[in-house]
Amino acid sequence: MITLNVNGKPRNLDIADDTPLLWTLRDVLNMTGTKFGCGAGLCGACTIHIDGQPVRSCITPVSAAAGRRITTIEAIGATPAGKKVQAAWQALDVPQCGYCQSGQVMSASALLAATARPSDADIDNAMAGNICRCGTYPRIRAAIKKAAGVTDTEV
Amino acid sequence: MNTRDLASPSRRNFLTATSAIGGGLLLGFGLPARGEVRDTLTTNAPFAPNAFLRIDRTGKVTFVMPVIEMGQGTYTSLPMLIAEELEVDVDKVAIEHSPPDDKVYANPLIGAQLTGGSTSIRSTYVPLRRAGATARVMLVTAAAQRWNVAPSTCRAQKGVVVHAPTGRKLGYGELVDAAAKLPVPEKVALKEPADFKLIGTPHRRLDTTGKVNGSAKFGIDTRLPGMKFAVVAASPTFGGRLVSVDEAKAKAVPGVSQVVRLDDAVAVVAIHTWAAKQGLAAAAPQWDAGPNAKVSTADIVAQLAAASEKPGAVARHDGDAAAAIARAAQKIDAVYEQPFLAHAAMEPMNCTVHLTKEGCDIWVGTQIPGMTQAAVMKLTGLTREQVRIHNHLLGGGFGRRLEYDGTVRAVQIAQQVQGPVQVIWTREEDIQHDMYRPYYYDRLSAGVDAQGKAVAWSHRITGSSIVARYFPPWIKDGVDPDAVDASANQPYGFSDIHVDWVAQEPPGIPTSWWRGVGVTRGTFPVESFVDELAAHAKRDPLAYRVALLDKNPRSKNVLQRVAERSGWGKPLPAGQGRGIALCIGFGSFIAQVVQVSVDKDGTVNPTHVWCVVDCGIQVNPDTIRAQMESGIVFGLSAALHGQITIKDGRVEQTNFGDYRVLRINETPRIRVDLVKNLEAPGGIGEPGTSCVMPALTNAIFAATGKRIRKLPVGDQARTEA
Repeated sequence: MITLNVNGKPRNLDIADDTPLLWTLRDVLNMTGTKFGCGAGLCGACTIHIDGQPVRSCITPVSAAAGRRITTIEAIGATPAGKKVQAAWQALDVPQCGYCQSGQVMSASALLAATARPSDADIDNAMAGNICRCGTYPRIRAAIKKAAGVTDTEV
Repeated sequence: MNTRDLASPSRRNFLTATSAIGGGLLLGFGLPARGEVRDTLTTNAPFAPNAFLRIDRTGKVTFVMPVIEMGQGTYTSLPMLIAEELEVDVDKVAIEHSPPDDKVYANPLIGAQLTGGSTSIRSTYVPLRRAGATARVMLVTAAAQRWNVAPSTCRAQKGVVVHAPTGRKLGYGELVDAAAKLPVPEKVALKEPADFKLIGTPHRRLDTTGKVNGSAKFGIDTRLPGMKFAVVAASPTFGGRLVSVDEAKAKAVPGVSQVVRLDDAVAVVAIHTWAAKQGLAAAAPQWDAGPNAKVSTADIVAQLAAASEKPGAVARHDGDAAAAIARAAQKIDAVYEQPFLAHAAMEPMNCTVHLTKEGCDIWVGTQIPGMTQAAVMKLTGLTREQVRIHNHLLGGGFGRRLEYDGTVRAVQIAQQVQGPVQVIWTREEDIQHDMYRPYYYDRLSAGVDAQGKAVAWSHRITGSSIVARYFPPWIKDGVDPDAVDASANQPYGFSDIHVDWVAQEPPGIPTSWWRGVGVTRGTFPVESFVDELAAHAKRDPLAYRVALLDKNPRSKNVLQRVAERSGWGKPLPAGQGRGIALCIGFGSFIAQVVQVSVDKDGTVNPTHVWCVVDCGIQVNPDTIRAQMESGIVFGLSAALHGQITIKDGRVEQTNFGDYRVLRINETPRIRVDLVKNLEAPGGIGEPGTSCVMPALTNAIFAATGKRIRKLPVGDQARTEA
């Protein structure tokens, strides 16, 4: 038995210690906003926050989260950075198919929470682990700048 | 195209009106499926509506529609078409998929659906506006009758009919029951483009909220009471068979309930995906590698090369290219090769099935619900009514979800499982058991006169025919019209042109559609070879193209505009270069300039892409820009890194580590400009991908002098060993 703190709620789970958080969230807790993309920490679709830090839930066992605060896409809008990111994502129509966007929003929210006015290099560093096959990268970059109140430059 | 000509339906029963269940107006109308347009207009087959517009007593407008959203923005652009003519705000138009268990909508809607081929706007631009206009006319008529005034004294605006002289008003909701009793007008006038209020104006997407807060539901997000999870593994070699599994070890993994054996695959069923995955590893399936156990990419390429020695089915024959090349001062030859490609959509393949004696419910995101339903009927022996497809948002399509292989596999597994089961492909399984964009082998030749001017063009395409499997009637005189697209109809004005097609299937490797289909396939060799001819003639690649496009003003225009935008011709530092390419496809004209910087170690960094699009009438300009950005990133991923290679009968790549795709730090700055005109709307989902590949490799040539004739670029731009 393990107790997880998910979006502020304690959840008691009878689950093996090495079960990745991704499958615990999706299959056990039916919280499907966190997405499966690669299972190997390569694409970022499964990004969640543990104590505010972005982690890839597909390669993070539940044992690593015991006693720590887990935040998922379902609750990120309640944080100041998450709220700004979601608003900017909507204003610039970032998502296309939308499948990777939970992870993108989580990585961007962590970036903004840590770095209020990120540079292009900051954005590259924080977001390079998140793949988008629809190629929404130009809008992700612009939306992060919009959320941060940084002026973007024209091509 | 004159919009007025399109406004009169050719058959009076093209629209039907009835009272909706629970009150209100229900208009049924036809949206042509691909290849079906002509049949609908000319045959006497009974009209079966496949799309519905419902307005209820509260004035709520619902569009029940057959086109699926996979990122391309149709959930916004199609409601815009209706709202424009119906005179309501776009966000007042709600979208529903056909409820599969609803007798009114189910069968006609699911009959002939295919979302693909950049067709969504092209096939709906007139019918949706006509439906909106028809409903508006009926609502205005109902209001005029209620007030006992002439309809011409009434106007519709924002969901309300207004009697102008008196200022009286009635909401659409108050008029729907009366309108439903009126005859459907045979002709309605559609707006002239000058009167559009919505079409051509950027409109925010309607599907964004759920995609930024995790509530949007994709097929993989299906959750049902008692649902189990299964992870599947197919024979790693194409055509191999399952020999044995260690069922005891699999079942020793906590949570594993069952091992499902199929002829050529195995699945482990458990209480969650992780347990199933662990169980599958423990099961350690053993395989008989089968007849393709020795196949490698090199064998496949050798077969293609040999097949391309002989003449193929003729796709185009202007003048006598062979004779003109033979007597030319010089002959230029080139072979272009394009690799197998996976789709690698972000949502891995998955399908949830609940199969009972009574029927089969399927939860999946698919571009082809009708074909999927038919395949499941064939597999299970169930009737159409018993096979219910619950379609979902697609976590990327790119052509992968134009196939039903995943659903068939999931149903095969469900045939052995009690209760609902979600079958998931790991990323490795998804990449190693895709249906791949075929390997293509193109031979091109040109005859050049003493002044360096090209006088004749010959192009032979060799590869797998997707059409021959997917839709054989499209094959005409042995020519696969998709495989020769953008090649047979290339726009350049050479007097002698010969294009032919040789079908050569790779042993055991399943092939299918991939973003841009034949246009992507053809644009790379054509735009590369034209660039070669320009270089050979020592001409500027832009000027060389423009001189050959006298009969093609739209092509010429996009090329010239993208050149202006990109600063074409301005000097760049050593190691940098600009490349240009033209793409004509899906009814659209696109030109792009890519600027690259090539490092000393051969690493290619695309830094800028300028894109000019002439897709005729623009419905949602911001969606067009988004689709270009998307297509460019997708095409650059493939051109720089994308390839599936075969060794010992199996795919070598496994995950995003060795099937590389572009990341944000590798993405160039992209600028998209749109050409405004009133030409018929063209498709925009795919040609951005098609155009960028040759624009990239032409830029590499400009930067390094190295001509890339084989994709992906990989490390070919390295100049020193």
